[in-house]
Amino acid sequence: MKIKQLSVFLENKSGRLAAVTRLLASKGINIRALSIADTSDFGILRLIVNDPQAAYRTLREGGFTVSLTEVLGVEMPDRPGGLSSVLTHLEEAGINIEYLYAFLGKGENGALVIFRVEDLDKAIEILSAKGVKLVSAENVYAL
Amino acid sequence: MYWNPKYECLSAEELQQLQLERLKATVERAFLNVPHYRRAFQAKGLEPGDIRTLEDLRKLPFTTKDDLRENYPFGMFAVPMSEIVRIHSSSGTTGKPTVVGYTRRDIDVWAELMARALVCGGATRNDIIHNAYGYGLFTGGLGVHYGAERLGASVIPISGGNTKRQVMIMRDFGSTILTCTPSYALHIAEVIGEMGIDPAELKLKAGIFGAEPWSESMRREIERRLGISAVDIYGLSEVIGPGVAIECQEKNGLHIFGDHFLAEVIDPATGEPLGPGQVGELVLTSLTKEALPVIRYRTRDVTALLPGDCPCGRTGVRIARITGRTDDMLIIRGVNVFPSQVESVLLEIGGTEPHYQLIVDREGSLDTLEVQVEVSESLFSDEVRRLEDLEHRLRQELESTLGISVKVTLVEPKTIARSEGKAKRVIDRRKL
Repeated sequence: MKIKQLSVFLENKSGRLAAVTRLLASKGINIRALSIADTSDFGILRLIVNDPQAAYRTLREGGFTVSLTEVLGVEMPDRPGGLSSVLTHLEEAGINIEYLYAFLGKGENGALVIFRVEDLDKAIEILSAKGVKLVSAENVYAL
Repeated sequence: MYWNPKYECLSAEELQQLQLERLKATVERAFLNVPHYRRAFQAKGLEPGDIRTLEDLRKLPFTTKDDLRENYPFGMFAVPMSEIVRIHSSSGTTGKPTVVGYTRRDIDVWAELMARALVCGGATRNDIIHNAYGYGLFTGGLGVHYGAERLGASVIPISGGNTKRQVMIMRDFGSTILTCTPSYALHIAEVIGEMGIDPAELKLKAGIFGAEPWSESMRREIERRLGISAVDIYGLSEVIGPGVAIECQEKNGLHIFGDHFLAEVIDPATGEPLGPGQVGELVLTSLTKEALPVIRYRTRDVTALLPGDCPCGRTGVRIARITGRTDDMLIIRGVNVFPSQVESVLLEIGGTEPHYQLIVDREGSLDTLEVQVEVSESLFSDEVRRLEDLEHRLRQELESTLGISVKVTLVEPKTIARSEGKAKRVIDRRKL
């Protein structure tokens, strides 16, 4: 259930994002999802790729500061209220969300959202119990 | 452990007697053989005979780097060129280089002092000394080299640069003592990590680091990362080179080898001597140099004389570690700032790679200070607020230590230039 996400430290300078994507392309690594959180000085690039370990090695060797984080991929009905019901389950269980972002691709039956939460195991337990569909890591990497 | 217990542990009276005799001889020789000194003494109405006690040292004029430059290249030599067996020179990055010469006996004294220093720093004749100080006109490499040979240790004259090869040789040859600048020691530690080598695979046990100011926290960082004991060595080419002073295993200040050098600390603004514990500029007088005697040489290094005796048994004066240079000292909005203060803060906060840079600029009529800090993996978080917390903490600590406002910028690793010699910590863009 746990998906490995790469986080990369980037200075807010032109060409830095291009450098990351070029490096990944050179190793044949495919990006499944991506988001950037930024401040005026720096940004954190978050990536889901088809081969997280290879991407991690590649970026480290390329001189980037990079870490691997575990996140959840949640599939939800692609209609008004889809996200809201998932968030309500988490809220009721008292689980804080660090951040989330929507997947570029789509799931079989609905929309995909990536969640980074405080207590991953508890979130998996709650959402599974509520019948929410969690996407397996293998399926996400292979999308 | 001493190399020369007789001289390293002389009683106060014996030491002062020896210093006075040698001071008189030095002043006499300088007056007779160096026109610059003769003119400078006469300008103060002094003759060599006026120096009767050690306190009379204060009557003598200072010598500055400019004096050496104005007499470039050989004008300060007190012996004919036929007596000179070695010439060294500073890099000249801040102007015309200063040139220094050595007689055969000067080289002999230097080797003796460096052998003392190496033993003080933990070396024995059974050690393999990995000497990564630069060989050439810079005094570091050859200074350590001759001392290591005098001691009877095995010296690897590897000089600086080609760090991966350094690490390979360190591992294959079983180097036990590393000698280089502290910033290069950290760079070596970094490369050892990148090469996937566990420092425990190496036989290193001690390091003797100098040629640039470094902090107590940087010592701890080096000791932790390389698994060694690190001591601070001090010297400067104008006075002899490395081996003027060094820490012993007590690590509470650097012992000046008082049978060869007299040390004073002065207020850099007024030139008045300062008492123990007071921070000012170190002034050194050579007592045995033949080729280039220096009298009250203003080193521009900032330190203090330390009160009290050292448990190691060495007598003579000790100085605090150098905290900066009077000419490196930044005056930002009227406040004195030393790069070493910034370094301490960064290391205290922990996890931070000690790669940083100070950028001083001026907006309108106001000076600004930006401290760029490389984000290491141990420091990195994928949550923006944690990185912002880190920036905030660094800024608060720096502001309370320095007493001025600071902008902290986190930068990507390896974006600040690495140095294999002395680190360049400050970029001053102010146009004054």
